[in-house]
Amino acid sequence: MNRSFVRSILLLLAVTAWAVFAVAQDDTTQPAPADTLQETAPVAEAPAPATNVRGEDTPGDEGGSITVFWDQSADDTGIDAEGITVIGYEIRRTIDADNVPFHSVGFAAPGSERFEDATTSDDSTYYYVVVTASRDGGRAESDVIGPVQSSPQWFNTNRTNVFIIGLIISAAILYFIASARKGKQLFIRRIAGLEAVHDAIGRATEMGRPILYIPGIQDMDDVQTVAGVTILGYVARTIAEYDTRIDVPTSRSIVMSTARETIKAAYISVGRPDAYSDDAVHYVTDEQFGYVAAVDGIMVRDKPATCFYMGAFFAESLIMAETGNSIGAIQIAGTAMPAQLPFFVAACDYTLIGEELFAASAYLSNEPKQLGSLKGQDVGKLVAMLAILAGVGLFTLAQLTGAETINNAAQWVQDQFLLN
Amino acid sequence: MRRQVPLIITFVVGSVLIIAAFIPHYPFGRLGENFSLYFDIIAVFAFILGGGNLIRIHGGKFTRGIKLSIAAAKKTGGFWPLTFLIEFPFLAFGGLEDKRGRDWFFSFITLAGFVAMLYVGLFKIGNPDGWGGNVTHPLSTFQQFYIYMFNPLQATMYALLAFFVASASYRAFRAKSPEATILLATAFIILLGRTPAGAYATGWMPESLSFLHVPNLANWIMAVPNLAGQRAILIGIALGVIAMSLRVILGVERTYLGSDRE
Repeated sequence: MNRSFVRSILLLLAVTAWAVFAVAQDDTTQPAPADTLQETAPVAEAPAPATNVRGEDTPGDEGGSITVFWDQSADDTGIDAEGITVIGYEIRRTIDADNVPFHSVGFAAPGSERFEDATTSDDSTYYYVVVTASRDGGRAESDVIGPVQSSPQWFNTNRTNVFIIGLIISAAILYFIASARKGKQLFIRRIAGLEAVHDAIGRATEMGRPILYIPGIQDMDDVQTVAGVTILGYVARTIAEYDTRIDVPTSRSIVMSTARETIKAAYISVGRPDAYSDDAVHYVTDEQFGYVAAVDGIMVRDKPATCFYMGAFFAESLIMAETGNSIGAIQIAGTAMPAQLPFFVAACDYTLIGEELFAASAYLSNEPKQLGSLKGQDVGKLVAMLAILAGVGLFTLAQLTGAETINNAAQWVQDQFLLN
Repeated sequence: MRRQVPLIITFVVGSVLIIAAFIPHYPFGRLGENFSLYFDIIAVFAFILGGGNLIRIHGGKFTRGIKLSIAAAKKTGGFWPLTFLIEFPFLAFGGLEDKRGRDWFFSFITLAGFVAMLYVGLFKIGNPDGWGGNVTHPLSTFQQFYIYMFNPLQATMYALLAFFVASASYRAFRAKSPEATILLATAFIILLGRTPAGAYATGWMPESLSFLHVPNLANWIMAVPNLAGQRAILIGIALGVIAMSLRVILGVERTYLGSDRE
């Protein structure tokens, strides 16, 4: 028993000694992790830094923003390049380059050469540095620039072109309004859709059926709705004269109130206030397809003889216009939503395309001063036509000749009509 | 005076907002944004008007319909509630002779839906976070109504568009005139170019004739003649908006205020 006990102890000691030796051997063959990283990892090579860094107050803003520009690092191959080295730029900022450490204010993608720091205070000055970062962890700082200060501007220079063009067109419109007031005769082309308004109302009167008027599905802050309600005023006046029933379902409460006032005034103006009823204009829902379901229901049940669609429309345009078509109503539509125009053209008898919707009230009123504004629009069209001809001509010439000057001129013309 | 005050307000606000578009400096910089907020605030109050109008119109139609339906049931003689129940589908959906009470059940559904949504939304019924929680919490009854009742109904209406596009296209693409024939041919190329059949049908063409490959032809039509036409319309719209806005701001156009006469 003793001998076996001693043998067991000896065996245990031997195993322990072997285990300790084996572990010690392993320790000696594998170096410390820290040492390994330091010795075997490749040293991160700093990429070429961004150069020519400059900062300036962002132009045409309300302050609180500085734009930092730089020239790309020589190692920057852009964001789409394969095997890119530079993975981006970190923009760092401080208020005191000597005493306060820089902190990050944002990142810019490889290939970029500007960054807008919109977190500045107009009361402070700032110093910036652009850090180029490479894929393998290398960093290269640019020169420190500054001090730069942001400030608000009194004129947005980015919109100078819009200002000038707007001024020319507005001046032309005002000139023609003034000319019309003085009695100058103006020629306005015939708009078939508007010529048909009286016939359409007459048809409903003869058939003894109501007229359905849809002023779009947008609120009164949309100029198309304003145009729609304005046309409603003229339509309502004829309706009041003919003693026809009108139904105006609206998808906005403010439009309901405005349309009521407009129709009421139209009835009063033709001396028939007693024929007016508030129920002619009613609110349905703000929801697009809930509204179209209700309008389709009205069409199918009441079978109006005439349907007007004047205002801003979206996908519901075709659903309404096709339902109106299926009940045999004469349909006149007008919208400035280019995507909905083909639907109206396909499903309605007459369509006011874009500008015609805005011209409708002036056209229907036949007042010289209103018609003058339409003539002013033509000057705008002339400017647009001349600019398009100049741009197309110059670009074509630049392509054919390869002349840098012509190309620059074409670019200049293009820039005058681009929004910034 | 009733006409002058709105005209002055329109002129001042319109002019200031045009100026503000070009002046980023305080207080002009955020004027447009602020006026948009004011409009939203007014719209919230106007919504009460809209809701009230909905209840008034449909409430009137519903009560009138019920009364006329009961009267119609009574007219048949016998035990009128039983007649009313038996003839309910006929009376509720367009069966009444008197037009004023027709389809009153639709008004009932509208009112019931309006009241139910208002109730669960206002009192936050079924909201896991109680009164303090958001009404649009995914588990709130309001949101459940919205997702499982309202959304499918909306999707159903939207789906109708597919059928209406087909019927409208059929009419629009009839080759009645040279213009309509051009439209038909163009639409045919676009439709074919957007399907695998178009690519398959002309895929054999050599590289030198790749511009005749139907998908390329369709892309060209969309990118050149179609875009040019759209831009022309957009330029016209922009000019129309300027002219309309000037007419409204200067008080030349007053119909939106009611009458254009004093």
